[in-house]
Amino acid sequence: MIEDLEKRFREVLPDVDYCSLRYESESGESIAVRRNVLQPVSDHTDAGAMVTVAHGGGLGYAATSDLSTSGLREAVTRAQAWAARTAGRSVADFSALPQSDARGEYESPVARRWTDTSLGDRIDLVRGPCEQLKTDDRIVEWYAGVSFADVESLYLNNHGARIHQRFHFVVPVMSCTANKGAETETRTLGGYGNGRQGGLEILDEIGFPTEAQRLSGEALQLLDAPNCPQGVMDLVLAPDQMILQIHESIGHPLELDRILGDERNYAGTSFVTLDMFGSYRYGSDLLNITFDPTIGSQMASYGFDDEGTVAKKDYIIKEGILLKPLGSATSQGRAGIEGVANARASGWNRPPIDRMANLNLEPGTSTLDELIGQVEKGVYMATNSSWSIDDSRNKFQFGCEYGRLIENGELTTLVRRNKYKGVSAEFWRSLKGVGNQDTFEVMGTPHCGKGEPNQMVRVGHATPACLFAGVDVGGDA
Amino acid sequence: MQSYFHEIADHLTSQLQGDEVYTCSFSGEDSDFVRFNQGQVRQAGSVVQRGASVDLIQGQKHAAGWATLTGEAEADKARLTALVKRLREKLPHLPEDPHLLYATDVQSSEHVGDNKLPAPEHSLEEIRSSAGGNDLVGIYAAGAIGRGFANSLGQRNWYETWNYNLDWSLHHAGDKAVKAGYAGFEWDDATFRRKVEVAGRQMDALAREPRTISPGHYRVYFTPAAVNDLVGILSWGGFGLQAHKARQTPLLKLVEGEASMSEAVTLRENTAEGIAPNFQGSGFIRPAAVTLIEGGRYKDCLVSPRSAKEFDVPTNGASAHESPESLDMAAGSLPTDEAITRLEKGIYVGNVHYLNYSDRSTCRTTGMTRFATFWVEDGEIVAPLNVMRFDETMYRALGDKLLGLTSEREMILDSQTYGARSTGSGRMPGALVEDFTFTL
Repeated sequence: MIEDLEKRFREVLPDVDYCSLRYESESGESIAVRRNVLQPVSDHTDAGAMVTVAHGGGLGYAATSDLSTSGLREAVTRAQAWAARTAGRSVADFSALPQSDARGEYESPVARRWTDTSLGDRIDLVRGPCEQLKTDDRIVEWYAGVSFADVESLYLNNHGARIHQRFHFVVPVMSCTANKGAETETRTLGGYGNGRQGGLEILDEIGFPTEAQRLSGEALQLLDAPNCPQGVMDLVLAPDQMILQIHESIGHPLELDRILGDERNYAGTSFVTLDMFGSYRYGSDLLNITFDPTIGSQMASYGFDDEGTVAKKDYIIKEGILLKPLGSATSQGRAGIEGVANARASGWNRPPIDRMANLNLEPGTSTLDELIGQVEKGVYMATNSSWSIDDSRNKFQFGCEYGRLIENGELTTLVRRNKYKGVSAEFWRSLKGVGNQDTFEVMGTPHCGKGEPNQMVRVGHATPACLFAGVDVGGDA
Repeated sequence: MQSYFHEIADHLTSQLQGDEVYTCSFSGEDSDFVRFNQGQVRQAGSVVQRGASVDLIQGQKHAAGWATLTGEAEADKARLTALVKRLREKLPHLPEDPHLLYATDVQSSEHVGDNKLPAPEHSLEEIRSSAGGNDLVGIYAAGAIGRGFANSLGQRNWYETWNYNLDWSLHHAGDKAVKAGYAGFEWDDATFRRKVEVAGRQMDALAREPRTISPGHYRVYFTPAAVNDLVGILSWGGFGLQAHKARQTPLLKLVEGEASMSEAVTLRENTAEGIAPNFQGSGFIRPAAVTLIEGGRYKDCLVSPRSAKEFDVPTNGASAHESPESLDMAAGSLPTDEAITRLEKGIYVGNVHYLNYSDRSTCRTTGMTRFATFWVEDGEIVAPLNVMRFDETMYRALGDKLLGLTSEREMILDSQTYGARSTGSGRMPGALVEDFTFTL
């Protein structure tokens, strides 16, 4: 298939400044059990290609699911027409931007392929945990599910690039809701943050077969828990909340296309400006953020981005100082600043834009007990339940499913309705402690939305638990 | 697209064996997308896509699958044959589904709009020239949308429209901007230019020195676009029967009769006056309207076929996710022209941003002000306001703190394009609210 497609593309390749073909196919399956009832088992097969042409300074794309020679030829014609329409009317001279000539392959590491098991066995993998969630009459809703997806991509261009990649994704989800009167509490297994690349081994690594009863017990306990207290205090965040904190208040504001203004009508702008790179103190000395596509099991690991740029690990923030934006080759060319390999599209029918991929907070040296032990009065929060931030990515308010008071260095009372708020430009400077490798978790979500037309992509975040000083915490508004 | 859809539907019927039944949902579009930044083109192109979801049913067992199609009938028949074969192989491994429900009363329908769209060159040039030297940002999405349903019982439903949606904003500096939209079926240059002129006048106000206010309680006027987002978040788990039964709905106190909203608040899923298809994925036809909240009190909810079977009630043609697609809020009696005067002193909120529940049990919502948001004194716009975070329960904002809804409403066509162009819409009035809580 790949070889045939390459041959067809070479047949229809026009004489233009730049022409690429980005093919993507995906096949997958979703299995879910809700209230012990198997939900409709669904699978999907998707395949198509986007042809992109830059010529005379203009840029145009055309996406098609007709991969025959005539289908690709028609797509080339449409892309050329758009390049002609936009020549001299575009934000940049797209013909002048450097293009990739990279060649290579990449594949996710997989120990146990989901396709090597029977459908019945896959259903049992989900049914078992779901049935364990119903431990009490007050459990009114319970759910377990796993989505699998295998993705294959091919990138070709007229500058010699040829990149073939295969990815294998697993996204497990589990939730349990307890109710008493007007009070309802839900606990999930890391929200939607347990997506990884790999196979069935991921389910064991995240405790999918064994965590049901803990979640159920915690949902029940939360029904009778007091609300989180209000006030300024220290805050310890577990990895399944840290991923959201990193995503919203570091990842998005550092996307170079936001800084260049592309997203101002939709996802928003950024409080970060081009002059900040290289000198701006984003966080305390303890803050080290990397763009890292090299952790094989992480959600957005890859060998090359969707413009054909070779991906490698790079520091974005080092010892608190902002170094690089999350900007792809196209954005780098527009802004005249160095970035990373993060041009990504949600599929064959959307054009690549600057996205987060794996954006990680590097581990420090403290154990979780040592982080908590530093706190005289504070709260420990886990598992994101609410997220909101302004369009410059500054004023945020986040909520967590689970909270425990910290008093004199010890975890004490269980609390609920946990939320905290702050301002990104100040918050990371209050980073007071960073957990060590033992607290470090590799996580990821399939749900990062952005772009016009809109695109939902998979992103990864790996992080230890962290301690922040003097945070505005509050259970009530 | 319609004849092609009927051809592949008939092919699916020919592939069945024994007592098998199928349902099929089709989605297709031919879309042009032009993205703007600084009044220039950032990305432009077109997307042609077709796909179908097939549910193969045998008794109470079934398996569902989605396949991308090419739009070429013979090639797609082969893909669908392979899909049906794959689904058939799954059936022996699946238990009976106690909640399976699909339409068995054949109710075919057809809605085919006219193509009155301008050539893409015309739209592109008109947008660039109307923007003049302004910093226009946004996206123009236009073209054909087709949605279909078919089953082996002979039902055929078809919806086809050609529309455009220019979702755009004019930017002054930093985060100070005016948001607008121009969507419909027949592009009119003069109408668009008037919209740009109106936005341009608000730009003059944005150029003034911005005001920063302290957290606290303020009197607020929300434009229809802002109300669309405030009310729209209730669609996230608020109106579906499953969320009610799971006691996860943010409207639980309303449903239980423990709380109410203002008598002025009436919300409907108004399919008859929206632009979404009137059929759903299992073949059920939606009623003209479902009243969700009437006079501030819970009235009804959206019931998907699965929920109907699970909870033994009739379905009202809701989609599987039980969210409104044509949400309609009743008008009030406040003339829009008097809204700022009646606001007297407070905040004019043009748009809100990134809403989420901060406490579902009390229907408490947090979010940000965005775009054209102004500080008002003596019924006059004084200055743009730097963004503020709010955290407020809708039982207050749409309850005893609601001073009035405008007598005019705006029809807002959903500009979202995740996976495909949306056919959702909201028809909303503006809202005057007192003691609204800002926290950051």
